[in-house]
Amino acid sequence: MTLLTSLFAAIICTIIWYKKAPDKEMRMGTLSLIYWGASIMWFVDAIFEFVELKAEYFTPEPLDMLNDFFLGISVVALGLIIWLIILLIRDPRGVIKKMLSKKEA
Amino acid sequence: MACLLVPAAEAVVTTVVQKAIEKKEKAAAENGNQAENKAETSQMASFSKKLKWLNNMLWGGAALLAFEHIWHGEIVPWFPFLTAASNPQDTAEMLHEMSTVGVSMAVLVTAIWGVMVAVSYRIENRAKKAV
Repeated sequence: MTLLTSLFAAIICTIIWYKKAPDKEMRMGTLSLIYWGASIMWFVDAIFEFVELKAEYFTPEPLDMLNDFFLGISVVALGLIIWLIILLIRDPRGVIKKMLSKKEA
Repeated sequence: MACLLVPAAEAVVTTVVQKAIEKKEKAAAENGNQAENKAETSQMASFSKKLKWLNNMLWGGAALLAFEHIWHGEIVPWFPFLTAASNPQDTAEMLHEMSTVGVSMAVLVTAIWGVMVAVSYRIENRAKKAV
């Protein structure tokens, strides 16, 4: 469930990145790469788990599924927070810079 | 358990390499009057940018996986930080997981990045030929 949630986040971000390309102002490429990296890693984890559990892997307990989904949503939120921090630090539109210089003036 | 440590270690190495290449690019750009340097600079610039894709995937993936490990209580904010490191049996299991799952994660991310780089070079070359 965590893998699926991050995978959908990666796909949606990639579509948005492609739609906005070549405009890099919002750094959607960075966000989609964050989610792709996590999705690939969880995919590897899922393969190892599948080898261990076989068919049982596809029939998780509802409570485990809910917990994994909750984790997935939290992971997506964390990815967005990381991206937001990067965006605010880089400040491509100079909004924060302008705000600070106004205050100084 | 601690599989994320392998991609995180790779991320440290690739970040250092990327910064070194970026420095070289800047130095080459300053001496960019010669045609030879110019060609090298343009090639290196695109490579450092491509290396950043790998950095983003490795750092992003490792950060989100670290969160998952905290969620499951495998990483704690006190020494030794990894719950599996508290007894030898769990430590052995953790090292085994790092050498199998962790290495596979790092290899697959790097392999996918390699494919991305190969495809982008092909697209760039095709665009150059078209011009």
